[in-house]
Amino acid sequence: MADKLKVATTSLAGCFGCHMSFLDINERMIELAQHIEFDRSPITDIEHCGPCDIGLIEGGVCNSDNVHVLREFRKNCKVLVAVGACAINGGLPAMRNHFKVEDCLNESYIDGLGVENAQIPSDPELPLLLDKVHPIHEIVKVDYYMPGCPPSGDVFWTFLSDIIAGEEPSLPYELLHFD
Amino acid sequence: MRKTITIDGQEIPYTEGQTIMDAAISADIYIPHLCHDPDYEPHGSCKLCTVSVNGRNCSACTFPAMEGQEIINHSVDLEQDRKRITQMLFVEGNHFCPSCEKTGNCQLQGIGCYLNMHDNHFPHFFANREMDASHPDILIDQNRCIFCNLYVRASQEKDRKNVFAISGRGINKHLIVNSISGQLKDSDIDIADHAVHICPTGAILIKRTGYQVPIGQRTYDHTKIDAVTLAKENKQHGR
Ligand code: SF4
Ligand code: SF4
Ligand code: FES
Repeated sequence: MADKLKVATTSLAGCFGCHMSFLDINERMIELAQHIEFDRSPITDIEHCGPCDIGLIEGGVCNSDNVHVLREFRKNCKVLVAVGACAINGGLPAMRNHFKVEDCLNESYIDGLGVENAQIPSDPELPLLLDKVHPIHEIVKVDYYMPGCPPSGDVFWTFLSDIIAGEEPSLPYELLHFD
Repeated sequence: MRKTITIDGQEIPYTEGQTIMDAAISADIYIPHLCHDPDYEPHGSCKLCTVSVNGRNCSACTFPAMEGQEIINHSVDLEQDRKRITQMLFVEGNHFCPSCEKTGNCQLQGIGCYLNMHDNHFPHFFANREMDASHPDILIDQNRCIFCNLYVRASQEKDRKNVFAISGRGINKHLIVNSISGQLKDSDIDIADHAVHICPTGAILIKRTGYQVPIGQRTYDHTKIDAVTLAKENKQHGR
């Protein structure tokens, strides 16, 4: 049997809903495991991405760390995929783009309802927020897109099956949703 | 003698005064369109209906049908142009479909899916657009307005009012309301007006009617926009 395809996944400015949806392929994961193995991913806890065949990116780019992770994936993955509305157009986090970062932070950490010991987090370990949330194609070249919020388990299954079969990935109308 | 034009090799009849779009709809041929509704004067602004007429690109909704026209409606190039136009409409506004009540019933989204559009291709404008929630029954969310101008035409041509207009240019283009305060609640609008129900996207919504049809069971969730539109517009033409 041919070597397994290496797949890396990450969640940037996303809600992990896309990763949860990936798990919705349920028992098909066992079949998938015969064809792929995971590299860097919340599923493996591997911290850095090695050379991979496929990189699945959930979420847009909202802070400096997201930029570095995204670039690491692009450098290492032959095929980079924007997974879900957030990676494709910024998604719901990008709804903050109409407000100043300062106003967002004040609303969350200073003036927000029920805030105690109000202060804006400033630990040096915390990545700095960008002034806007960006879709990932504005930072790196993206090869394929899986629309949906989240894309259904069937979308993941169809997409990965196509790649495993060496075919150009395509989605039938029934699986193409922007919501 | 019967007058005819040819669309993608198919000869179809037309009558004097019809546009290419009119003739196509009557012949059950779908030409993608967003700013056009056969009940109103053509506006020719979205350019989705671009077809090639004897080798030159024209808007089917405004171009008169004429004897001897050889029209191409489906080609790789035209589909690509239409996809890019749709992507421009998406990045120009703020379209977060997962949080939009119109999702699944939206013509813009329906066109996107019909064209097999997976991404928005261009950098996003993230333009600042206003909302007007002042009216007790009607909500305007300009983030989703594509300036099809249908609400302007509906208000003028059918409602015999003049509630809406479009103002500004480029990123600052926006819908304006004809009232002293500029707010919808102070205008002549009525919930029964055609202008309130014509919006192809989620820019004009009726309050307290949201999510009555669950996501997944909506108009374009299982049926492509070409079939939905032809069925509707042929009926409008009394066929
Ligand atoms: S696309 Fe939807 S499910 Fe995926 S990360 Fe964004 S909000 Fe979550
Ligand atoms: S108006 Fe249509 S395209 Fe825009 S957010 Fe709503 S459903 Fe999506
Ligand atoms: S439908 Fe013809 S330009 Fe919009």
